Amino acid sequence: MASDRSERSLLVTTPPHLGSGDTTPRIMWTVVASLMPVVAASVWFFGPSALLVVTASVLGAVITEAGFVGRVRLRGGSGVITGILLGLTLPAGIPLWMAFLGGAVSIGLGKLIFGGLGQNIFNPALVGRAFLQAAFPVAVTTWPETGGPWWALRGDNFALPFLSPDPAHTVTAATPLGLMKFEGEGTPLVDLALGTTGGSLGETAGLLILLGGAYLAWRGYLNWRIPVGILATVAVLAGVLHAVDPGRYPGALFTLFSGGLLLGAVYMATDMVTAPVTNLGAWVFAVGIGVLVVVIRMWGGLPEGVMYAILFMNAFVPVLNRATQPRPFGARTVEAPS
Amino acid sequence: MAGPVVRGPVGRLLERWGLNGGGFAHGVHPPPHKELTAHLPTRRLPFPDEVVLPIRQHAGKPARPIVERGDRVERGDLVAESQGFVSSPIHASAAGTVADVDFWPHPDGSWEQAIRIRVDRFSTQLPRPRLVPRWETLDPSELVDAIRRAGVVGLGGAAFPTHVKLSPPPEYPIDTVLVNGSECEPYLTTDHRTMVEFPERVHLGLRVMMRALGVERGVIGVELNKPDAIEALRRSAPTDLDVSVVGLTVKYPQGAEKMLIRSLLGREVPGGSLPMHVGTLVQNVSSVATIAEVFETGLPLVERIVTVTGRGVRSPANLIVPVGTKLRDLLEHCGGLTPDAREIVFGGPMMGGSVAHLDAPLLKGTTGVVVLTEADVRVPESYPCIRCGRCLDACPLFLNPQLLANLARSGRWDEMEDAHLADCMLCGCCAYVCPSNIPLAQLFRLSKDAVRRKRTVAA
Repeated sequence: MASDRSERSLLVTTPPHLGSGDTTPRIMWTVVASLMPVVAASVWFFGPSALLVVTASVLGAVITEAGFVGRVRLRGGSGVITGILLGLTLPAGIPLWMAFLGGAVSIGLGKLIFGGLGQNIFNPALVGRAFLQAAFPVAVTTWPETGGPWWALRGDNFALPFLSPDPAHTVTAATPLGLMKFEGEGTPLVDLALGTTGGSLGETAGLLILLGGAYLAWRGYLNWRIPVGILATVAVLAGVLHAVDPGRYPGALFTLFSGGLLLGAVYMATDMVTAPVTNLGAWVFAVGIGVLVVVIRMWGGLPEGVMYAILFMNAFVPVLNRATQPRPFGARTVEAPS
Repeated sequence: MAGPVVRGPVGRLLERWGLNGGGFAHGVHPPPHKELTAHLPTRRLPFPDEVVLPIRQHAGKPARPIVERGDRVERGDLVAESQGFVSSPIHASAAGTVADVDFWPHPDGSWEQAIRIRVDRFSTQLPRPRLVPRWETLDPSELVDAIRRAGVVGLGGAAFPTHVKLSPPPEYPIDTVLVNGSECEPYLTTDHRTMVEFPERVHLGLRVMMRALGVERGVIGVELNKPDAIEALRRSAPTDLDVSVVGLTVKYPQGAEKMLIRSLLGREVPGGSLPMHVGTLVQNVSSVATIAEVFETGLPLVERIVTVTGRGVRSPANLIVPVGTKLRDLLEHCGGLTPDAREIVFGGPMMGGSVAHLDAPLLKGTTGVVVLTEADVRVPESYPCIRCGRCLDACPLFLNPQLLANLARSGRWDEMEDAHLADCMLCGCCAYVCPSNIPLAQLFRLSKDAVRRKRTVAA
């Protein structure tokens, strides 16, 4: 009997009563999962230090977020992504308290201050990274030497706050971009693609980053136009410059696989919150980042420019969104009846 | 316009841009769930003990009751007359005695004046002998009037009075009549069964409409997931008329008027315009069959086919049901609710409304009753917008739901109007894809109401 059921137990919700089943937490945790091979590679290359640094920045991010949002939002996992991404931009030897502080700043100044998830203008992980670069320029650019025993720490990870490690005690290696910029020395492409070079934790394993990005694009969790646009722009510009003056400018493939470009293009520029919502906007955004990366790398004072390129273009996203509104149906091609 | 449809991944890619067999761009692919009832032939629901006929069952002005408590009515008798042009009369859907004319739960959640008829159990339920209008001898205006007097409205859900559609102003000539057999809403198989079981009625109804409008061409669009319907319609197609049956890609909202016109004719109806402005007219296939019934039996619109389905009802069915049957009686006939039934939807799950009052009656425009279980209903949790842009890629009208939602939340109605709020047809594609489970369609529904209120106050 239908009337056996109390009407009070029936729900009244608004249409549509069906959903695609995809949820924001699922998107976030899938991104986290796709980053795991990259984290694993960094541990492979840089030993336990890598794991410690990533853990510290994740803890910094999540603990900060836990202080301000409820459990539901915390389970959403976006803080974890920020923490991992920040950790991957840091050198293995950085003191853990700095990584922790960076994570806290990423969430606090990068996200919460704007109103939390979905409200921030700038990529939180890059805000944290920019903060660290400004506050601790030496520690953030002290790249550990590759090779050596796997289990050895790659620097003074356990330094106490503000008792900075004596630079003399750490061995500093140059990154491929640094070598190129300051010594005019190239690095074999195979090393770049596989990641057996100096650099930050996550920027070395180029192929794994591309694989993770391809998976996310296939699932529809990142807008493929952004990495494709960035990488194509960089490749074209670098290729042209290289053709003009091969001695001064590196080739397209070197430019693509060196530094944080792949990590930035695949995982940071595609942060949904800080990228344009329209596809046309995404193309403009991507080309803008690509141009800025090349400009900073080739003519700027820094060896690497991905971070500033993305942060700079993040600021243009509201304008891009506004300028690239879709044209409503019927306003395009109206075939009038004869 | 509609060319061949490509299947497989290439087809899906083309479809996104509306390039697959005509078609339209964007849209979504909800799971169809039609297997529950698609194969079940229609059965007649035994007359319930009571039918309830709300005076508001159609778009436009409500009807006005002309019977009183205690009046005896036969099946098909007029019980409420239309008020004005955009309105529709209501007829007794069963013989019996008027028990009351008073407020009664309406499926939209309100209480509405309704004529309650206690059904005479001993009646044969035969309609009074009446003149059956002969369509061959009637001129167009008489045809339209016969349809109006039979209380025919759109049976696809919106219940727009059919005679209004059939009376376009002379400055907008119609060249093609489109029949909407796409039935893109998940679960529903009402139109499907109509096309499979009563294809001749569809063709007769279309013939009457074409005659009423003086139109030479008719096109019936059916989604390709109903090959038996396409086959049945093609087999019974008349040879003396230019009528074609076209298969359409399976995509929601293929059955939306503007999408269907785009798919079948390649014409886009601009915002604020009607199909007649691009020389066409769309009618749902069940309504077309009902028009045929009017001229076959003389009986006005007093019954319709309803799909009772969903995993929350024990025995799903396609039923021929008297208009005004109470939800309670309908569910009882279908074996009742399962223990995990959680939500009852009138119409399809994408656009239909929840009904929690089991005494609410089925209306002329009720296409189906979908009972969702605990596992089917959406979780109440909502996350902040992460600007993923999926709603923009889903909206078949190329609006920006993300922007509209932000504006709606801060009550910026003027800016919403500039962002083409009026174009939104509340199809729900945006809310369907939203990973943050933001009730986008509901926000837009409320915003439309707010804009209308503001206009009314200003006027």
